[in-house]
Amino acid sequence: MATGKMSTPLARVRGLGAAKSGTDHFWRQRLTAVANVPLVIAFVLIVVALLGRNHAYVVQTLGSPLVAIIMLLFIFSVTTHMRIGMQVIIEDYVHDERHKLALIMANTFFTIAVALASAFAILMLSFKV
Amino acid sequence: MADTKASAERPLSPHLFIYKPMLTMVMSIVHRITGFGLYFGTLLVAWWLIAAAQGPGAYAGISSFMSSFLGRLILFGYTWALMHHMLGGIRHFIWDMGRGFGPQERERLAVATLVGSISLTIIIWIVGYLFMGGTR
Repeated sequence: MATGKMSTPLARVRGLGAAKSGTDHFWRQRLTAVANVPLVIAFVLIVVALLGRNHAYVVQTLGSPLVAIIMLLFIFSVTTHMRIGMQVIIEDYVHDERHKLALIMANTFFTIAVALASAFAILMLSFKV
Repeated sequence: MADTKASAERPLSPHLFIYKPMLTMVMSIVHRITGFGLYFGTLLVAWWLIAAAQGPGAYAGISSFMSSFLGRLILFGYTWALMHHMLGGIRHFIWDMGRGFGPQERERLAVATLVGSISLTIIIWIVGYLFMGGTR
């Protein structure tokens, strides 16, 4: 994409659309979707393996490096994917500009809070082990 | 622009409810609904991780809720939504490759997604119960 000083204004905006970010959302949604497939499978296996186990066993497992890294990747990929997905839903159904903006902000806050809280808990578990 | 009269009776393009529901169309809607549900389902994951990090008391709290009837129902729904959205995503990957658009192919993909998500959910729950019955 031509973005240098020598390019015309038209060339700089071509393909970027109203959001000024082009196909970035579409691409990131696909990228995280691809990552989510193995990560969701791993997450389900981890949960099934921990069903009914006592707290000490759960801490030991979730805090072990391999499981903790998989869980961190799962959390970041899933929360990124769901932030973009929910934004698309909001943009499709909420037509009032102010409500739309407020909901998109709330969506960002919610997904970042969920991601950060989960990641913090995983790191806490890791440092306990 | 602001003075444009919208009161004129003009024909509208037919909306969703005009059409006879078809499997592929219902599956598209279900993909969005499961995604919407999973968005809030992630709160359960966060709650589970935070409870584990807090200590045995908090972990016993979430464990007893999840093993209640309501908790199991929510978890069952979450499992199905997760599997359905995942397989629906794989269906989208196939479309992204430019394949699977034929009339029979789309129908078969839709059925495969539905049968796959229900089967995977049941298998996960059977395995889950078998694991729970084992040594703790």
